[in-house]
Amino acid sequence: MTAVLEISGLRKTYRGRKGVRNALDGFDMVVEAGQVHGFLGPNGSGKTTTLRTLLGLIKPNDGRMAILGREVPRHLPEVAREVGAIVESPQFFGNFTAETTLSLLADAGGVNRNRVVSVLDLVGLRDRAKERVKTYSLGMKQRLAVASALLKEPKLLILDEPANGLDPGGIREMRTLMRDLSDSGMTVLLSSHILGEIQLICDSVTIISAGKRVTSGSVSEVLAQHTSGAVKVRLEPGVDLMGAAQLLRAAGAQVALEKDYFTVGNASNPAQITKLLADQQIYVSELTPVSADLEDVFLELTGTAPVEGQNRQVDQSAMTAGKGGWGQ
Amino acid sequence: MSLARAESRRLFKRRFTKLIVIGALLVLAATVAGTWFSNEKVGATQVASAKAQADRDYQEAVRQSEQEMAKCQAAPPTTDGVPCSEQVWVPTPDQYDYTWYMPATFDLRSEFPNMISVLAVVLAGAAFLIGASFVGSEWSSGGMMNLLLWRPQRVRVLSTKLTVFLSWLTGLTLLLLAAWAGIFQLVAEVRGSTEKMTAGVWQSFGLTGLRALALVLVAGALGFALASLGRHTGMALGALVGLGALQIGVYVMANLAEFKFTEAWVLPVWGYAWLDKELVLEDFRSCDYSATAGCELDKFTMTWQTAGIGMAIVVALVVGAAMWTMRKRDIT
Ligand SMILES: Nc1ncnc2c1ncn2[C@@H]1O[C@H](COP(=O)(O)OP(=O)(O)O)[C@@H](O)[C@H]1O
Ligand SMILES: [Mg+2]
Repeated sequence: MTAVLEISGLRKTYRGRKGVRNALDGFDMVVEAGQVHGFLGPNGSGKTTTLRTLLGLIKPNDGRMAILGREVPRHLPEVAREVGAIVESPQFFGNFTAETTLSLLADAGGVNRNRVVSVLDLVGLRDRAKERVKTYSLGMKQRLAVASALLKEPKLLILDEPANGLDPGGIREMRTLMRDLSDSGMTVLLSSHILGEIQLICDSVTIISAGKRVTSGSVSEVLAQHTSGAVKVRLEPGVDLMGAAQLLRAAGAQVALEKDYFTVGNASNPAQITKLLADQQIYVSELTPVSADLEDVFLELTGTAPVEGQNRQVDQSAMTAGKGGWGQ
Repeated sequence: MSLARAESRRLFKRRFTKLIVIGALLVLAATVAGTWFSNEKVGATQVASAKAQADRDYQEAVRQSEQEMAKCQAAPPTTDGVPCSEQVWVPTPDQYDYTWYMPATFDLRSEFPNMISVLAVVLAGAAFLIGASFVGSEWSSGGMMNLLLWRPQRVRVLSTKLTVFLSWLTGLTLLLLAAWAGIFQLVAEVRGSTEKMTAGVWQSFGLTGLRALALVLVAGALGFALASLGRHTGMALGALVGLGALQIGVYVMANLAEFKFTEAWVLPVWGYAWLDKELVLEDFRSCDYSATAGCELDKFTMTWQTAGIGMAIVVALVVGAAMWTMRKRDIT
């Protein structure tokens, strides 16, 4: 497979009144052709900054980037025709209609104006196309933004949090749209913090935290690399759950009791559990690994899981300490 | 080329553009109407009636003077011994020149330059506003960012916008200048005179018209560049207000410091010199403490060339700064 998008060692510091901020700190990313690639990260982790830099809106301090095999920003004018993008919340001149807005963009980019009607239809704005953008709701503006990105029939479609402001129906439509586009050969890069969304439609993901890549790969790989390590243990009916739990705790396991089963949080070697319990004539009727979902991986890797009694601040990442397994 | 076409369409689709152009046209129409109604054609009848009126007033003054004289001579002589002939004013016919009794009439040759100035000032104001809003609202609405995603050539995008705007401004100004000449030719024919209108005079009008065009373009470019620098229409207006305040400050300071020709520090004076070909500034303080009664005031003549160079430098600096920041800045 060929890489449609390559970023390596990207660095960006913002200089403000309160000193410098490293928005990107040596970030790497690769997006393969034909995929729907999820770009995940908590608020303020640098997703928008990455996309802006890629699209030539801001200048990086260091690093190299290539789109469709061509170095950017140097060759951006040539590849821009192939890249449809929306960055952050969509913004348009409010007094123009959706149709005017798009036809002006089409003119500026040398795209046939006839496409305007069809992309507006595609995002469901056909009947409202002649109304001023100012009168649109957030979700409608978002749809217009997607339409503007699709206008060029791009090879690479970059969408920064496109689900923002969309209703559930809209989110589902967007999902189908993206799948269809991807099936037709388009590569889609989708930034989001809505994990369910990404897990449903993305082939691969990159997770960013504090301006650095923390993991990447296909969704199943990422999930497999970061299985929670927890197992769910169910015993024969009538057996004293409490006693069994105490037994395991004494051996160092992290046990969480539920109504008719318990989970062991740090069981990197589940065989140890059966052995310990069998030694005491307690027999396990079910032992299943608790599968991690993307949300768990995300929270673990970015260190943004909520901690009780604490208000986590943006930029704060409690990179979970002591992940070492038990029973190895 | 496609970018230029898109920008032309954008310019004319803007409601603000239409509004300001219509506003400017209304002001110009009011000027024409005012000139039309406050002037009239003069012929033999107007001259005769002015002469009659002058004569009537003269006779009336003579009568009053004679009455005074009679009163003076009837009274007992005063001690200071001033004779009545010196106490009483005796009017002469040349003090009642009939030309002062003539109705206002529009003399194309002497009045049209002022009319060009009016046109230039109105259009310059409109150009500043349209230019500022054309790029300013693009910046503040985020439209500029969208456009740059399509054409990631920043300086090219900004200079195309400016070129398109200035081209249309040139067209509009030339059109209005031609219409202006036609209209006032008509006004002069119906409500005044077109005497002494030689080809040379028309040529001089033509040159004044070109200088008016340049002034309009300067105002448009400044509005555009300032709004782009500040990324908001309001920044251009703010800069204008700031400049006004600064100018007053500089003028006051220059006066306090007793600089010569303080008016030369005020920018609108340059515009005036530019349109009027030259402007003579006098230093009234130069004759203070002068013993001779016929002291000549120190003079400084600002020519249109000087003013033009000054304006060109200002435009080059501001537009250059706008282009430079366009190249450099992060667009977030
Ligand atoms: N124009 C800016 N000036 C200063 N800091 C900025 C600017 N834009 C973004 N940042 C900072 O850079 C970091 C990354 O922001 P961003 O890329 O927008 O995050 P994300 O899109 O992942 O939520 C944040 O800490 C943010 O405060
Ligand atoms: Mg963002």
